[in-house]
Amino acid sequence: MDLLLDGFATALTPENLLFATLGVLLGTAVGVLPGIGPAMALALLLPVTYSVGPDSAIIMFAGIYYGGMYGGSTTSILLNTPGESSSVITAIEGNKMAKAGRAAQALATAAIGSFVAGTIATVLLWVLVPRVADIVVQLGAPSYFAIMLLAFFAVTMVLGSSKLRGFISLFLGLAIAMIGTQTGQARLTFDQPLLADGIDIVVVAVAIFAIGEALWVAAHLRRKPLEIIPVGQPWMSRSDWRRSWKPWLRGTAYGFPFGALPAGGAEVPTFLSYATEKKLSKHPEEFGKGAIEGVAGPEAANNASAAGTLLPLLTLGLPTTATAAVMLSAFEGYGIQPGPQLLDAEPGLVWGLLASLVIANALLLLINLPMAPLWAKLLRVPRPQLYAGILFFACLGAYTVNFQAFDLGLLLALGLLGLAMRRFALPVLPLIVAVILGPRLELQLTEALTISQGDVSTLWSEPVAIIVYALMALLAFVMGVGALRRRATETIIASRATESESDVEHESDVEQKESHR
Amino acid sequence: MSGDGTAAATTSPAGGAVDKAQYGMAGFLVLVGGYVLWDASTLTEGFADQPVHAYTFPYAIGAVLVALGVALAVATARGDRPQADDGEDVDLSQGTDLRTLGLLVAVLVGTMLTIDWLGWAITGALLFTGATWALGSRTWVRNLAVGTALSIGSWYGFYVGLGVPIPAGILDGVL
Repeated sequence: MDLLLDGFATALTPENLLFATLGVLLGTAVGVLPGIGPAMALALLLPVTYSVGPDSAIIMFAGIYYGGMYGGSTTSILLNTPGESSSVITAIEGNKMAKAGRAAQALATAAIGSFVAGTIATVLLWVLVPRVADIVVQLGAPSYFAIMLLAFFAVTMVLGSSKLRGFISLFLGLAIAMIGTQTGQARLTFDQPLLADGIDIVVVAVAIFAIGEALWVAAHLRRKPLEIIPVGQPWMSRSDWRRSWKPWLRGTAYGFPFGALPAGGAEVPTFLSYATEKKLSKHPEEFGKGAIEGVAGPEAANNASAAGTLLPLLTLGLPTTATAAVMLSAFEGYGIQPGPQLLDAEPGLVWGLLASLVIANALLLLINLPMAPLWAKLLRVPRPQLYAGILFFACLGAYTVNFQAFDLGLLLALGLLGLAMRRFALPVLPLIVAVILGPRLELQLTEALTISQGDVSTLWSEPVAIIVYALMALLAFVMGVGALRRRATETIIASRATESESDVEHESDVEQKESHR
Repeated sequence: MSGDGTAAATTSPAGGAVDKAQYGMAGFLVLVGGYVLWDASTLTEGFADQPVHAYTFPYAIGAVLVALGVALAVATARGDRPQADDGEDVDLSQGTDLRTLGLLVAVLVGTMLTIDWLGWAITGALLFTGATWALGSRTWVRNLAVGTALSIGSWYGFYVGLGVPIPAGILDGVL
């Protein structure tokens, strides 16, 4: 408790409050801007960490994280084109509400729901982080190795629809992680002294998130502007409140555990929340036409899961979302080892972050409700300038790492890889996670086997390691069964599709639902 | 296990033509995997009792990459088509705009080649102007003005605000 109060003392200094406000504003702005998600925003802002102190930077990042989430929901409500997979559900009902003239209420229930979910989830983090850290700190190298394998497994197989593509992305990332001379011998350096220290994670993150995305959009830029629904001041009537508060709480209950699990993500809980609200609603006929419960629940789930991802990040050093992965690279930029020892080594930093989450959340509500009409204007930013600006800041970010023109070459090469990944539907997250965790996976394996003098059975000598391997086997089994069932459904659909061509619409609908399972 | 199951799972039931470009991606994977394997073969053994050698991971990663490349090629031949990434500003109904893409890559290559010589303040402004031009904006005077403001502003922002001295290039002494 004292530590938490210390955390608030850290977070409430005028300087850090300023950084939190800055983070929330920046986060919302980039969340609203099409084409920039919170992960890309954080990647572009990594250079800031070179001179700002770790506590201020992490506090600002917390603001960006929450702000970006909220901004993304604004975009999907007003544009009907979700920027991230976690806002797909919000776009369904939210945009219908906006079209029916209830944009203000949709934005309000999303904002207040995010606040409620974020606050509850943060309190859960206060309770859980120290307890989980106590358990985790006793784990040896074999358990840690197993947990990292689980993280790879989760981001590759559980998230995303194609396992083959997940593995391709994962192993490309591992290959990038091998570059350098960490083991004493030059690996994959092409005899290039500039590659001896490996490729800086900032360059990889900026290239894959910013350059890859900007090039991909540029190659497919929508030439006619999207229809944007005008919006006034967000507000909610008494009946909107009555219909929203239960979905907020249920959404939080779905979102947090999924976010906190190493195999989580935000897609599944938002989908579950939507299905639940549809079932429990007194107005089921409104679903699909703009039901407020269908915005309130999934938005709360989305935010609670975002907070939940901080649990594995802070206690295990495991990122389960792209945004968490970039936050992890910010920690590494400061020479802070995220992982079991983090809470012991840097209690001030961790508690400062946990306290600032509540502050960021409150700021978000205060700033965003009155400013919603202003944010909506951002949707009209001319696209050439927007994407040129992204390229500009991406190059600046990569250049400031070492002031080497060579890094800009790497940026372009990896950016083209990012472009190809989007073209061939390769997920980005496994690659980033592999680049960050790859070297540590090798280190933990070496450590475990050195202690056991080469005896491989040490890898399953700890109970936690056994549990993790069992969990992975279980997940693989469940997914294997799921794949077989999906194959069966698709055969049926395929035979139906050949009968009538007009089924295309319905079929893609089914596919989308399947991928959420 | 995964190669076989997923190939069928991701196959679009509607079928259609084979995505030939995806063979290129598969070839790239085999190439990268092959290089990783070759590189691993050049590494020497560490201490004899060392459990994990410097080449252990590269051998495993290279081999898997080659296998994944083959699996992707097989999946492609069986009609697997990627569901390309969607987004707010992405219009997938049109083909790939190679001209814009080529121009942007040229702008980025130009940035890389000139940054040591011209410094960030000039190169950054040219980067912004060139990129807006490539993306179809024709108000280039305004773009040049915005780009110059951005690059000089960011140079001073980093130098004064963050204490990060970005090399000034030929403007050394002027800025």
